[in-house]
Amino acid sequence: MGISIEEMNNMQLDVLKEVGNIGAGNATTALAVMLNRKIDMNVPKVEILEFNEVVELLGGADVPICGVYFHVDGDLTGNIMFMLTMDSSKLLANMLLFKENKTKALDEIEQSALKEIGNILSSAYISSLTTLTGLNMKISVPSLSMDMAGAILSVPIIQYGQVGDKVLVIETEFNEGDNDIKGFFFLIPDVDSFDVLLKSLGVLE
Amino acid sequence: MSQIIKVGMADLNVTKGEGVLTTLGLGSCVGVTLYDPITKVAGLAHIMLPSSKAIRNNTNPAKFADTAIVLLLEEVLKVGAIKGRLVSKLAGGAQMFAFANKNDIMKIGERNTIAAKKILKELKIPIIAEDTGGNFGRTIELYANSGMIIVKTIGRGTKQI
Repeated sequence: MGISIEEMNNMQLDVLKEVGNIGAGNATTALAVMLNRKIDMNVPKVEILEFNEVVELLGGADVPICGVYFHVDGDLTGNIMFMLTMDSSKLLANMLLFKENKTKALDEIEQSALKEIGNILSSAYISSLTTLTGLNMKISVPSLSMDMAGAILSVPIIQYGQVGDKVLVIETEFNEGDNDIKGFFFLIPDVDSFDVLLKSLGVLE
Repeated sequence: MSQIIKVGMADLNVTKGEGVLTTLGLGSCVGVTLYDPITKVAGLAHIMLPSSKAIRNNTNPAKFADTAIVLLLEEVLKVGAIKGRLVSKLAGGAQMFAFANKNDIMKIGERNTIAAKKILKELKIPIIAEDTGGNFGRTIELYANSGMIIVKTIGRGTKQI
């Protein structure tokens, strides 16, 4: 059976955090290239949180947010979720489409743009993971959902819930000019895949 | 004056009289309620997974349909509910993301709902209403004075069950 977050030692957690840092860094670089703008990134925060703390991170379970979700297949299987506040998703979509749309809801083209951003970020993330671990991985097409934070988060949380009561969250904040964008990455290996990941990084026998 | 009690993920609680139980943002999780209309005792569980048996780390009984509903039943009986009068309602169990290749984890909402119904049947508690499935989140409020549940969504309105 797979190792749970609770059972990991400090070194294993540090390695996972570092993987999160590198992945998020590469993802931000990819975004800057795509938007052809200078994008500053804060050092990502990698945290191990209780289920209900994850929800609070996004402002509460009933706050609307945007989530882009991917399957990961290959030597390591699991899912990746990229999550943004509604304000941040709006800003990102506007940047990509070079427009100033003040309406609150996202139209179809904006949703499609966000899926593409999710795609680029997740691919950059996975490619740094592949380089670090030597594991072969590929991601599926994105699926996007805009709904209550609790409802969207239930997807990764349930998967973590199969092995324990805590979740690994990578929080990245980047800004372009005066625009602050806050995004959250969830790397969700399948039950047995944490072992695969830690072994490939040399921190599990 | 109604007192609102929040029920978090993998959690459960009971109230009676003028109390209100709420759980915010149910996605693939399923909310199961028990209610005794005479003593006005109400209970709500926010269930994440169908079964505790397939899971090694199962220390939190409120997380799983099989153990959570049994525990919720014990808790409502403690505060004055009579088992023969209990009725149940269900909400949640959505599939938040759509994918072509549907593996088990994507269908977890549906599996949670099925598991909850099976346990309720075994306990001989009738299900009198449900609002489950779909691809959207739900916030629910259970009013102990009437047994009514208000289901709120984003962009799909509010309804009573």
